[in-house]
Amino acid sequence: MWDFLQFEFMRNAILAGVLVSIACGIIGSLIVVNRIVFISGGIAHAAYGGIGLAFFLGFSPYLGAAFFALAVSMVMGIVSSNRKHRSDTIVSVLWAVGMALGIVFVDMTPGYNVDLMSFLFGSILTVPANDILFMVPLDLFILITVSAFYKEFTAISYDEEFAFVVGIPVKLFYFFLMGMTAIAVVMTIRVVGLILVIALVSIPPYIAEKYTRSLGEMMLVSCFLGVLFTLVGLWLSYRYDLTSGATIILVSGAAFFISHGLGMIRKAGS
Amino acid sequence: MNPPAIEMKDVSFAYEGKTVLEDVTFRLGQGDFLGIIGPNGSGKTTLLKLMIGLLKPDKGTVKVLGETPRDAKRRIGYVPQNVGINISFPISVFDIALMGRLSRSRIGRWFSRKDRSQVEELLKDVGMWKYAQTPIGKLSGGQRQRVFIARALATSPEILFLDEPTANVDPEFETDLFEFLKDLNKTVTIVIITHDIGVLSSHVKSIACVNRNLIFHEGGKVTPEMIKMAYPCPVDLIAHGMPHRVLSIHEER
Repeated sequence: MWDFLQFEFMRNAILAGVLVSIACGIIGSLIVVNRIVFISGGIAHAAYGGIGLAFFLGFSPYLGAAFFALAVSMVMGIVSSNRKHRSDTIVSVLWAVGMALGIVFVDMTPGYNVDLMSFLFGSILTVPANDILFMVPLDLFILITVSAFYKEFTAISYDEEFAFVVGIPVKLFYFFLMGMTAIAVVMTIRVVGLILVIALVSIPPYIAEKYTRSLGEMMLVSCFLGVLFTLVGLWLSYRYDLTSGATIILVSGAAFFISHGLGMIRKAGS
Repeated sequence: MNPPAIEMKDVSFAYEGKTVLEDVTFRLGQGDFLGIIGPNGSGKTTLLKLMIGLLKPDKGTVKVLGETPRDAKRRIGYVPQNVGINISFPISVFDIALMGRLSRSRIGRWFSRKDRSQVEELLKDVGMWKYAQTPIGKLSGGQRQRVFIARALATSPEILFLDEPTANVDPEFETDLFEFLKDLNKTVTIVIITHDIGVLSSHVKSIACVNRNLIFHEGGKVTPEMIKMAYPCPVDLIAHGMPHRVLSIHEER
């Protein structure tokens, strides 16, 4: 069972899985309690516009995705805080237009046929060591910021109005969260692809929420669950020669249904 | 001389083109206990949100303790109307009450031991200390309301604002609450929105009736015109509270 560890690409994949799970666990928890899962999905898909643009102009696709995701997250931040009642519609528009832009950019790129599938469903098995070096400071950044402003993030997520009344700059923190969501989303695209980001961001926190008593605990448990799902999914993908992004999500999904079922049994029993 | 706790001058506010409040003018002295009444959708909550700076008036000025609501933030406490929000949020009673110790000047710093002991005292005051580590979702409406009062008081406010704290809670809680507020009123100005004229008229010092305009009455008496303005159907009123108390003040002064 452990023979797969001898491959460098496997060791890189595991490292990437762990690093991404940490970002997803922390930011995903904030995304779930702030009910912006849909926005995170929108950012992930719109980021494809950046990937296409990067191919067209000839620079790193993940840099393009990051740049685009950040820009889109700020627009979505403005829309969702100012026009609450129609924000879901506008998020959907950005979601689709971003993707379409990406596809057109790739069409216009001469000669080179991009492996679209690796962006849609991830390519954790081809993560180079360089990318991992990039993920470490991003994780650290998320970890340090969220710990430093933990009480403010908790207050804003729980009761935005009260946070505002005691003088916390709610909007500033909201945009900050949007920006960190963009970072986490782009990292996650590497692992499970942009279509499946929404699952890895939301499933571990959703399960964790039921068994924890604080946002911090929720983040910790989410990180742990994320690592578990990624590793089990990765192993299944290696063992049965399946697409890794899909197996990771299927493992997460199985855990989601089991946890949900257990919750229902517990409720019926009490 | 002390500035008034609240001073509103010609305040108007429209929500998406629909006028909610029009030409509201009144002064509330410090140490007062103001009850705000009015029918559903009359702009009570809007009025309160204008006072605490959650909304900005389209016209007119709002002063709280002589300052703009924005500057007065650190001197007020707020108990929101909907305490049923986010009940699946993983957070304990103690951590919610601690939120009252947040402030702009201490962003990025952790809560101190003093913050914690202060919150402990407040939770004891509202009778919720034994639930300190309980998740908020496991509490009843009245218990949650107590926690939110402790949270509002943790800001050490000079004015406490409460938006319908007695909606959806047991009547016992209501009596307890008004006794508690009466005691608190010795040091803190209180502004409370409520449906219940009965309890209100026996506890508050002033009453304001809102229905697009505002009638302000010092001395806590409910006037016939307020009733007419607030409750078009008198049966509704009698069903709510103590009918004889309402009727006894039928003739003003």
